[in-house]
Parts: sequence; C-alpha cells; structure tokens
Amino acid sequence: MKFGVVIFPGTWSDCDFHYVIGEVLHQPVRYVWHRDTDLSEYDCVILPGGFSYGDYLRAGAVAGRSPVVGALGDFVARGGLVLGSCNGFQILCEATLLPGALMRNECLQYRCQSTHVVVENAELPFTRGLRPGQVLKMPISHGEGKYYADLETLRHLKARNRIVFRYCTEVGEVTKEANPNGSVENIAGVVNEEGTVLGLMPHPERAAEAAVGGTDGLLLFHSLIGSLVEDGSFLKR
Amino acid sequence: MSGAEPKVTLDLAQAHGLTAEEYDRIIRILDREPTFTELGLFSALWSEHCAYKHSKVFLRQLPTRAPHVLQGPGENAGIVDLGDGLALVLKMESHNHPSFIEPFQGAATGVGGILRDIFTMGARPIATLDSLRFGDPEDPKTRYLLGGVVAGISWYGNCFGVPNVGGEVAFAPEYGGNPLVNVMCVGLVRHDRIFRARAEGPGNPVFYVGAKTGRDGIHGATMASAVFEEGAEERRPTVQVGDPFTEKLLLEACLGALETGAVVGIQDMGAAGLACCSSEMPARAGTGMEVELSRVPRREAGMTPYEIMLSESQERMLLVVARGREAEVRQVFAKWDLDAVEIGRVTADGMLRVRIEGRLVAEVPVRALTEDAPVYEKPTARPGWLDALVAFDPLSLPAPRDYERALLEILAAPTVASKHWVYRQYDQQVGINTLVLPGSDAGVLRIKGTRKAIALTTDGNGRYVLLDPCQGAALAVAEAARNLTCSGARPLAVTDCLNFGSPERPEILWQFGEAIRGISQACQALEIPVVSGNVSFYNETEGRAILPTPIIGMAGLLEEAEWRTTQWFKNAGDRIALIGPEAVSLGGSEYLATFGRCLGGRLAPLDLRLERDVQSACRAAIEAGLVASAHDSAEGGLAVALAEAAISGPEELGVEVALLSGSRLDLVLFGEGPSRILVSVPPAAERHFESLMREWRVPWRFIGTVGGDRFALRVGGEVVINVPVERTAHAWRTGFERYLV
Repeated sequence: MKFGVVIFPGTWSDCDFHYVIGEVLHQPVRYVWHRDTDLSEYDCVILPGGFSYGDYLRAGAVAGRSPVVGALGDFVARGGLVLGSCNGFQILCEATLLPGALMRNECLQYRCQSTHVVVENAELPFTRGLRPGQVLKMPISHGEGKYYADLETLRHLKARNRIVFRYCTEVGEVTKEANPNGSVENIAGVVNEEGTVLGLMPHPERAAEAAVGGTDGLLLFHSLIGSLVEDGSFLKR
Repeated sequence: MSGAEPKVTLDLAQAHGLTAEEYDRIIRILDREPTFTELGLFSALWSEHCAYKHSKVFLRQLPTRAPHVLQGPGENAGIVDLGDGLALVLKMESHNHPSFIEPFQGAATGVGGILRDIFTMGARPIATLDSLRFGDPEDPKTRYLLGGVVAGISWYGNCFGVPNVGGEVAFAPEYGGNPLVNVMCVGLVRHDRIFRARAEGPGNPVFYVGAKTGRDGIHGATMASAVFEEGAEERRPTVQVGDPFTEKLLLEACLGALETGAVVGIQDMGAAGLACCSSEMPARAGTGMEVELSRVPRREAGMTPYEIMLSESQERMLLVVARGREAEVRQVFAKWDLDAVEIGRVTADGMLRVRIEGRLVAEVPVRALTEDAPVYEKPTARPGWLDALVAFDPLSLPAPRDYERALLEILAAPTVASKHWVYRQYDQQVGINTLVLPGSDAGVLRIKGTRKAIALTTDGNGRYVLLDPCQGAALAVAEAARNLTCSGARPLAVTDCLNFGSPERPEILWQFGEAIRGISQACQALEIPVVSGNVSFYNETEGRAILPTPIIGMAGLLEEAEWRTTQWFKNAGDRIALIGPEAVSLGGSEYLATFGRCLGGRLAPLDLRLERDVQSACRAAIEAGLVASAHDSAEGGLAVALAEAAISGPEELGVEVALLSGSRLDLVLFGEGPSRILVSVPPAAERHFESLMREWRVPWRFIGTVGGDRFALRVGGEVVINVPVERTAHAWRTGFERYLV
C-alpha cells in the first residue's frame, strides 16, 4: 500500500509516520511537500501532527488552504484514503473535509498523556480489523484538541455512524474523567460521509512499537493495509 | 569614521557596564577612543555572560578530556562519541534573568537558544530537560513565575518539536527574587557531519540566515551580567521574543544547507547576536570578517549599527559558505521561506570591520573582543557566617511525634512531590525515541538503527552547596551519575550550569571556586569529563544572593536499550535491597527545611571510591538482569525514596521494610547521604544478586519486600509508619499541584 506523508512548514510527526510505515510496516512511503498537488501515486495520504505554520491564526488554518490540501478533494473523489492525526485532524476540519472544529483544551493547557479510545465504527478501511467496542491505547499531545460540532452536525454524525473513536476508560466506559480535553461527547475521531477521510487527535504512530508505549496504533494501519483490494479500491465491512 | 553617533566618554562606557580600567584597556587596544558602535561591541563581548571574566581562571580546572570526547568546551556545544559512527552533542544554558522579568518569553527563548547551540553543530536536537528553581511556593509571585516559565518552555519546545524527557523543580526562599531556568539539550550527529563555528577561508562569503532583526533583547547579555535592583521590571525590552515555528524552519534549512557540503562554518546568534558571531567565528579560525549592515534583513526602520550588531532577535544564524557555492545555500533557505543574505566576507587580517552603507563604524581586532577579553582573579573569602551554620545540630530540634504525618508532609512538600503537573504540559515523545518518560530517575531514549540508548538527567542541590560548596558540588555530580546508573546507563559526560550570586563579592567567588573544585574532584574520580557548560553570575537582588546552585546535566550510554530500568517497584514478592553506606545527615536536608524551617548542619561524607563501586555494582546487577527497579535515595532520605519507588509507577505497591536503628528515628528515615541505591530483586534472582554484591564488595542489605497495600516501616523492630499506600500516593501526587490552582 503506497503511503504519502505530507510535510507542511512546522510539521514534526512526518518523520515518525514515515518511520512506522517504512521500517515497522515495510510499506512504500514517501514524503509529500505541501506545494505538491500530484497525489496520483498514493493509496493513502497522511496529514501528520505538529504545528504547521506555528498554529498561526488557528491551528491548521493556514495549512488547510495549501495546494496539497486543495488536491485532496480530487484524491478522495478518485478513491484515495486520508488519515489526519492531531494537527492533521485540525487541518482537515479547517479545509472542511471533515465537519466540526478543534478548540483549545478545556484545561487551557497543553496535554501530553496516554489515553484510551473506544472504537464506535469498525466498518471503515481504517477500522475493519477491529471490533466495535474495542479499546485502543494511544497517546495524545495537543493544546487544541477539544472537538466541537453543533447539535445539528452531531445528530447527523451519529445518524450516519461517522463518529469513529471516543475517549474512554481502560475498560471502555465513555466518562467525563476519561475525556482529556473537553471534546463534545468525548469525540476523539470522525470520518467523512464516504468513510475514506479519518481525522483523530491521538497519535497512532506513537503506539506502533512495544518499546515506546504499545502497539494499538498499529491496528489502524493493519486495517488499512488489509483493506486494499487489487483494483486499488478499499474494502469496507 | 563617525556619523551621527554619540561621543563616547568614560561615563557612557560605565553606563554600558564597563569599568574604568576596562575602558582604558579598550583605548590602549584601539590606540584611540572607541566609536559608539565599538563601545557596544566591547560592552557586550566583555560582559560577564559572554567573556566569563571572573570564572575563566576557575573553569580551567575542570577535567574536559577523555578518549571519547570529540569536542570539549570552546565551541557552541560539547560532543562525545557513542560508537557506530554516531556522536551525542550536549549543552545546558541558563536564562535566569530574562525569566524573572518576563517568565514566558524568558523561558521560551532559553529553550530556543539551547536548541540552536545544538543544531549549529550539525546535530538534530532529540531531547531537552529543564532544571528550575523558585522561591516560596506560598508567594503568588512564585506561582506566577512558575506558571509562566512552564508555559513558555512548553510552547517553544512543543511547537519546535523536541521531546522533554526530564528535569527538576525545587523551591527555596533564596530563589524568590531570582528564579533559575536552566535548559539542557542533546542532539545526535554522525561523526562526519559535525560542524564548527569557525570562519575559515579568507574570501568566503558570510551569510545571515533566519528571522529578521529587530530591537528586541539589546543588551540582554549585559542584563544577565548585573544584579537586579528595584525597577527590574522596567528591563522588559531587554527580554527577547521567540518564534518556535521559525526556529523549526531554521533547523530544517540549516541541516539541509549543511548537507550540501557548501557550508564551511556556522554559529547561532545568541547572546550579543551578530556582534558575538562576527567576532568569535573569525577568532577561532585566526581570520577576520567584514560585514555590511545595510544588507541585514530588518523588521524595524531606522536601526543604528549599534542596534543591529547587538540585537538579540531570535532564530538567526551566521554561516560561512564556500565561495562559489552560494546558490546552493540560498536554494535551501528559499525552500523554507527564510532569508539567506550575503552580508560580508571572511578576511585574512584578524580584524572585524563593520560598515553601514559603506561607511566604516567599527574596526576592532577580533581577538580583542574574544580571547583577549579581560580575565580576572578577584579576591575570594570564606564567608564568616559559614562555621556557625555548619555547626548547627539538626538533632537539637525535637523529633516528630507522628512519623506517619511527617512522611506525608514531606511527600507533599513541593520540592519532593510529583511534578506531573509540569511535564504533562511538555510533549515527551515526538521522534518516537523515548523509552523512559519523565517521572523516573533519568529519561531514556533509543538510538534508532542501533541496540543502544542514552539516558539523561539534571541534578543540583543549592542547600548542600551553601553548607559546603566543594562537597555539595561533588555530591551533585555523584547524584547525576547515580541517577543514570539507576537507569542502566554508564555516565559519559557532563554539561553544567553554574548559578551563583555576584562574583564581585569575595564570598560568592569563594563558593564558585570551591564548587569547581568539587565538580573536578568528582568528575575525575568517576571519570566523567565536562564537555560544555554555562556560568550565570549576578543572581541576586538587593544584596541577597541565591543559594549557590551548580546544576549538573549528565548523559549516559546504555549499550543495550534492553537494560533500561525504571525507579518503581514492579512485583509483589520482590525483595528490596539497599546498596551503599549507612552514613546520613539531616544537615541541609529537605526534612530540616520542611519541619525545622531552617538550613544548617553538616553534610554526610562523600567517599568517591565507594560511590563509584556502588554504581558499578548496581550497573552490573542491572546488566545481568537481576533487578526489577533501581532508585537512588536523595531529597527526603530513605523513607521518601521507598515511598517514591512504591507509588511513582503505574501501580501503587505496598512495602514491608525493616531498617536498623540509628541515633534517632527521623535521622534514619529522612537523613540524606550519597551512594545509596534501592533496588528490587525478584526472588529467582536473589542468590545471583547476593553473590554479585559480594564480588563488588559493597555494603548492602536486604531491607524488605514489595507487597500488600500498606506502606509499613519498622526501625529497630518497632513499627514506625504503617499507612495505606494510597495515602502516601495521594500526598505525593497532589503536593505540588495544590499550589497551582
């Protein structure tokens, strides 16, 4: 499966995704510069974490309007997959490829810690290797991770099963205590209508090797890789 | 050679922080009066912060050589060999004065500065640590400073993308007017990719790269070379303003430029900005430099040559490029949208010539600004009050009646309590190298592509150094090495930050000299060279100095990342052993500060040979896979070390421990002393562990077992403490946070 990892000025999880995809998963992976618009060679494009453009104006605001993000619309229409983590999620929301917005953490401080998320939708290319209700342990690291969407949007997301992950306890209970940033309804990740663009605040690339803190993040990649069909499309359940 | 600059007089020179003698010296060197711009250059380059005038004679004592040292003091950072063609670059810097004036930006730009010191050597920064000191935690000003400093470090480090893997925060009233913000950074580099800050090759172009120059931070170096008086807050314009996003771009662009092979030398513009680079780089190479200031990218109109040379605007570097290869360098910086402007040339005559629109405004021998800066041997004097302070007997104070309460109170003391509130605001994992996160004795990072890992720590105890500067400083070195040892690493090198009051006071300079002596002794005995460091003098306000606080940053190597060990107990049933001597003291202890509210007494003795052997024995046990955890006994003594080992991990485990009685219970429980390590040994490994300890001939004893849900301590057979372990955990977890809400 061919991955492209996008680099904006200020991105820093690019190296980490590249390492996990290339060295741990042994999949073809290349860097994509923010000015590139030709994404035809990739099956999946990653928007990694970091502080693109220093979070100037709003996190992801400037990157959300860059050439490579402009090219994502067509890429997705032609069947490509997009995974945005942390700053990547912020960028996808700013580019309105995903609904809602990521705001300042409720505690008003940056938080770097381990979290658990429960899988709400296991029918996507990103999650079809998982069970609904499965709990994954992945770290977060952000100052603006509080997901917000208005009531109408939330209703729609729920009706269409587009909430993919929620923050939860070790055993999968979705509680206030388990919510590290005040996200509405503990939402940690959402997907687009077609199920091909996933945004999540946690860092799956930081949970891809046992030595550095667990391998639950790898499960997302395994699902992705396992979803690829010969004709280049992706299986959903 | 004039223009519209003010005439230079002795008064003006003194207002710039120069003494009358120094001014005379300048006149003799130039054989005329300096221009205003030249005065600015001398005042910055000859400031204590840049020239180390009072400290050089002492610093020469430090052991800086070893077979594995690739670069000792003298460049922007030190470098040690890690094997496999890789090297570790390390440096620690202070940003104390700016952090008092403007805590957020002061601390943030401290991070920015130390990051540049690392990547200017060609290394990608892979970790930072921060060692902080503040005054009375009850004082709202302390909370304000602490909150601002942590937020500033968090903002800069996180945005730039470097993980924080350790550090310390301690409190004492003596730091009230003078907080300490020391930041350590390390980076990895291949041997053949190391760069130095030398302006080689007359005729080579000199490039200014990075952010534009403004008026921020002018005379930042001079500000750091003077004590605070009332109205220190008015100095706010001297604090630099940081932009970590630009720094990240600068990092990528610089590393990319270095990769082209077109760069001959590189230095970051830190204290004294362009003035410092344009004199230090040629001085190191035996060349000279000329610069044309109208080419310097500026973000403010009407800047004078003086201002341009002295500006401490952040995120700028000076590069010397191989003539003919300028386009390659420009291309890299253009990709990252950064200015890269040719502003001058390397010359052959050892002079620094500064022009603006062709008009010469400064012409100074580079050596005069750097190597030939004054070196002072000022008077030192042992303080008269020291004997009485040391003669104080902590046991003259009454013993506590309730030892359980005493333990809980000490665990909740903000210097001792968990610092989770601080480091959860720092990204700890970017780079996905962090094997041991903040919260253990040392941070540990893997080195991808090898089986190795490195361990990092910062340590220092101002109280010890006040009571006995030589031994106190030696103890800091021993403690840092011990922390690395407990993590499974062999100590490799030291980078230090020496924080003291005014060197113009003989007692302070005496403390400094003694501390250097102590650091040297310990480094020699433990065979750990000092490869870089920083001196911060003038940490005093209205005649009150900080506790003399040398902070030791240390890096160690684990040949096998698998050896990494954390400080908390792992399994019920494991035996707890104490390796090391029995000698402890309440002198200068956390216990005395918390309950006696005083500082005095004698320190426990330090036997460096025993320290070395205890550490070697511990490392041997770790490498043989015989211990589940290792933790050194430090502030708060053995009772606190046991509690930390029981509660600082993901699980809270009970303990049952029996200690030998001593002259008094509080001495046994809370007495502090070096060379003591707590390990936990799985039952299956007991026999092998015992014979290993016998082989190393170190004093040691089993003292108890991990298990149950109570923290139970007996001394001399009597139960002294028996509390549910969760109560100790609660005290420790909330002790620090409660001051910050």
